[in-house]
This record gives sequence, C-alpha cells and structure tokens, in this order.
Amino acid sequence: MLELATVQGESVEEQGVDHSPLAIRGMTVSYGQKPAVFSVDMTVQPGAMTAIIGPNGAGKSTLLKAALGIVSPLSGQVTVFGQPLEDQRARIAYVPQRASVDWDFPTRVIDVILMGLSRQLGLLGRVRARHKARAMDCLNRVGMREFADRQIGQLSGGQQQRVFLARALAQDADLYLLDEPFAGVDAATEKAIIAVLKSLKEAGKTVVVVHHDLATVADYFDHVFLINTRKVAEGSVAQAFTAETLQSAYGGRLATAQIDQISRALG
Amino acid sequence: MLWEALSLQLGYNATLVAIGATLLGVSAGVTGTFLFLRKRALVSDAISHATLPGVCLAFMALVAFGGDGRNLIGLLAGSAVSAWVGLLCMNWLTRHTRLAEDAAIGAVLSVFFGFGIVLLTVIQTMGVGRQAGLEGFLLGSTAGMLWADAMVIAIGGAATLVLVMIIRRPMTMVAFDPEYAAARGLPVHRIDLAMMGLVMAVTVVGLKIVGLILIVALLIIPAVTARFWTDRSDRVVLLAGLAGGLAGYLGAGLSASAPNLPTGPIIVLVSFGFFALSLLFAPVRGVLAAVLRHLRFQRRVHIRQGLLALAQGQKIYEPLTIRLLRRAGVVRADGVATDEGKARAAKALRDEKRWEIVRSDLAHEATAALYDGLRDIETVLTLDQIAEIDRRIGGPQEITP
Repeated sequence: MLELATVQGESVEEQGVDHSPLAIRGMTVSYGQKPAVFSVDMTVQPGAMTAIIGPNGAGKSTLLKAALGIVSPLSGQVTVFGQPLEDQRARIAYVPQRASVDWDFPTRVIDVILMGLSRQLGLLGRVRARHKARAMDCLNRVGMREFADRQIGQLSGGQQQRVFLARALAQDADLYLLDEPFAGVDAATEKAIIAVLKSLKEAGKTVVVVHHDLATVADYFDHVFLINTRKVAEGSVAQAFTAETLQSAYGGRLATAQIDQISRALG
Repeated sequence: MLWEALSLQLGYNATLVAIGATLLGVSAGVTGTFLFLRKRALVSDAISHATLPGVCLAFMALVAFGGDGRNLIGLLAGSAVSAWVGLLCMNWLTRHTRLAEDAAIGAVLSVFFGFGIVLLTVIQTMGVGRQAGLEGFLLGSTAGMLWADAMVIAIGGAATLVLVMIIRRPMTMVAFDPEYAAARGLPVHRIDLAMMGLVMAVTVVGLKIVGLILIVALLIIPAVTARFWTDRSDRVVLLAGLAGGLAGYLGAGLSASAPNLPTGPIIVLVSFGFFALSLLFAPVRGVLAAVLRHLRFQRRVHIRQGLLALAQGQKIYEPLTIRLLRRAGVVRADGVATDEGKARAAKALRDEKRWEIVRSDLAHEATAALYDGLRDIETVLTLDQIAEIDRRIGGPQEITP
C-alpha cells in the first residue's frame, strides 16, 4: 500500500511542500490505543479541488480535524502556505459536519454568518451595516438571502449546510476545508454548493472536501487523496482514482461491480 | 409591608439585602446563560458544592491566626480556591479519563461537599471562634448582613458582568460550534475555563445571600426562563439578567415583609414562578401556545382535506371534518356543499396545483420552504406571480373536469 502511495503521489508538474496551501507530515492521531490516522503525509495542490476519500471510519474527518488542531494528534507537522498553522489561521475557512452542532441553539441565520466575521468584529466591535451587507452577500451566494432572519432550527438539512458554507465564505479565506458537505443534502443544495466551490476555485482558492460519494468524484474534483487509516494514494483524479487504488482503500467493502462502474465512468 | 419592602423603606438591613439580591440576580442570570447555552448547566452545581471545604478551611485559618473567623472576604477567598480546585478536578476527569461529564460532576460534587461537612462538624466541636455563622453558607443568611458584605456582592457582581460582556462573543461561538471555534484559532479550552471561572465568581459572591445549595437555581432558571421568549442568544442573555434581577429584588422584598422568611429560598421560588409562567404562557415555545397551535393545525388540516374531497366529489366520513365543514358554512346539515363551499373547494384544489408548481421551481425555493399544505398561496406570492403560475398550469378546464 505504501509503495503504491509513493508511486502515485510523485509527479513532475505537482508542487512541493513549500508552496502547498496545506502540507501534512507524519500525522498520527489515536483515540485510545488504535490509531485513527497513522503516519499520513498529504500535500494539497494550490488552486485545485481535492477530495479526501475512504471507507467509513478511515480517518477522513479526523485527518482534517487534526490538521486544524481541533483534535490533538500524537505526532505530525502541519504547514499552511509554507508556514506554521497558527500564523495562517486567518487564511483557512473550515466547514464542519452539519450534525456536529445543536440546531435548536437560539440564533438566527444572519448571526451564524456574522460568526465568520468575528475577526473583523473583534471582541466588542458593533455589528455595522457593512458587516451585515457582507453577511447578506455571502447568504446570497448560497441562495439563502431570504432566510437571514429565520431561527436556524427552522431550516432543512441542506439549508443548514449552506448556512455553514456561507459562514466560511464570510471569512474570505484562501483555503477552504469542508467535512462531508454533501452528506444527506437535497439535490438543490448539492448543486448550489458545488457551484460555489467551483467559483472559489476559479478565484484561485484551494478547496479540500471530505467526500463519500465515489460516483461524483470525477465530476467535481481535480485531485483525490485516498485514505484508510494510512494513506493509500494521492494525485490527480486520472492518476490516483483508479480501480487498483479504490480496491486498496476499500478492500472487500466495495463491490467489484461498483469499481467497474467507476472505472468505466472514468473512461 | 410588601410595598414598603419593595420601595426599600423597611430598614437598613432589608435595603442592603434587596440591593445585593438584585445585583446578584442580574449577574447570576447573565453568567449562567452561557453555561446553559454550552449545555453545562450542572457544572454550576459541582462548583457551588465545592466551595464548602474552602469556607471551612479559611475559617480555621482565620481563627488560627487570631483573626475574626467571620471575615467575609477571607471566607469567600477560601471558597473560591476550593471551588477552583473542584473545577480543575472535574475538568481533568472529563478530559483525561473515560468518565463522562455527568459522572465527573457527581464525583466532585459529593466528595467536596462531604469533605466540607466533615470540616464543619470539626469546627463545631472545636468550640473556637464565632462559628455560628458558617451554616449560613449552606442556604444563605441575610439577617446580619453588613454594608461591607453588600459592597463585596455589588463589586463582585459588577466585575463579573463586565468580564462576561467582554468575552460574550467567543463564549457564544464556543457554545454553538466548538469545532468551528477551534478551527478559527480560539482557545476553546481556556474560554470554557474562563466561563466556569466566572460562574465560580458569581457563586462565591452569592454564597452569603442564597447559599451554596441553591445558587444553581439563580444561575440556570433565569436562562431557561428567557429561552422561552426569544430565539436569539443575545436576547436570552439580556432577558435572563432581567428575570434574575427581578427575582432577586422581589424575593428579597417578600422575605423582608414577614418575619422568619428565608431570603435565598424565597428568591428561588420567585424565580421559579417566572419560569412556570413562561413555560405555560410564552408565545411560541410555551405549553399553551403549543396546544393551541396543535388544535388550530388539526382544524385546518381537516378543513383542507374536506375541501379537497368535496372538489373531487369524494364522500366524507370523518365526523370531525364534517362538523368543521358545517361550522364553516361549507356544507349544509344534510352534507351537501353550499355555493360558497363549492367555490372554496375549487379554489383549494387550484391552490394545490399552484403549490405544486412553486415547489418544483428552484426560483421559488424560499417560498416553497413555507409549504405546509395549509398556507394560503396569496400570503406568500404576489398576484402577478400567481397569474404567472396560472399561465403555466393552463386553463381552468384542466382543473375542474
């Protein structure tokens, strides 16, 4: 597996660690004795859309959380745009899993978006018209302008996901990390989210998405990162998203028919 | 008597207690809201019970060094130290062992309180100092409250309020979405500690008035009460402060208006009164509103079903539906539709078609989200929009065959 990873990972046109928006070295995370992520290296390509793929419990979300310091790793080093994470926090926008918060929390949609502007607002700064306008603009980009004054509990799952994306947009970051943004959302939301992500990429931003739907990988993403506790493969979709790498990552969990179907879709 | 108490004309002590209780109510309500939003309400119970050993040890130390064992600042400092130790123990248990937070709360609460009671017994058998006042810290005692005591409460409460206001944004962010807050680089762990430290400060300040057993009520009940009235966290904070302050003021007044009424418990009961009123009568989240909403909803569902059945010429058997249709003048006593009923039925069916279009069209998403099968389409769309939809449906001959 590891040889496979090295073979797939290196390529002439890809950029090195120094310029990578997110470079992870030797990341190991463990809840108790069993590692969830073991000795993983990852080099995200700038200006691209990368999918992190792997079976359930493969450590996809954990890798992302460890990279951001949300869970503390056993070991591992993270650089963001070639510098230590803590110096570059302002350039990162994170979209957590929708299920990670209580949607009965007393707050309106607009207040959630304003959380994305907390750096500009500071501790005591008043929310001014320009902050509100910026928040509304972000809501508009995900098609949720009319929902600004609703309590967040009144939203559908897909709308909640778009609110989270709008909050990340408000940060105006250079690197966007999304944890399963397409999980359990309606088709309209999936379309809206992917349109926003593509516009971010066109604006030169880097997007990394934990993704679970193998069927859409080739449509949505340029790069993939396959993980099953250890890194399985990394590279462009053509290089790293193949029948062999998928077999290697999912083992027996993926039916041969599914793999055939995906390989055929890839041509 | 009550009026005199509330207008602060019942003597020096009663006035001091009323002012102190009001300030304490405001700061406890505001601070406790963040604990409530963070879903850690019970942490305050562990913190308050963990103050007891500190009070006792401080008393022993004061007496041993020849001071006045009842020096309030000394006792409160002692209680703060032991509450902080309890807080750290609880934090360590949840973070570094497999114990869940509720188990850690139970462990810290009972052990610290038990140890405190042992010390209290020891002090009573020592027979030194003027120990008579110490039990007052369990349920509060306001009888011998001094000007200096009131000042401690006022300054402590005000300082806590200012600190809460300064870190309210990070605390709200951590309470709503701790992972996002961590990703933004907020020190989540330290913000939690600061929040619990502030709760501890309020607890310590409130020991004299309500005592350590009941302070949890002052921290949590106002927040829960306020939550019934609003869906915005900043307003929950303000309303909780208001409810807490009012409960403190009224409770102190009530207890002063009759002899031998304990201040702390009365404040808690008044606070509970506000809670009960909110639970029953709050406009959206209250119990009464929920029942009325359900009945109204049921009525509208039945009428809608009845109208659609009429429009499609189906027979209606459900007695409630028939009764409601009759009362609304849609059908006559013999079950035959009136002219008005026929018109309404036709419109109901047509609106159903219109909604179908709205719901299948992404451009109308915000409107479609309002669809519950009951809302009149005129309340969410303009006449022009409806006309446009009707054009798409086609002529009326398609709807009434």
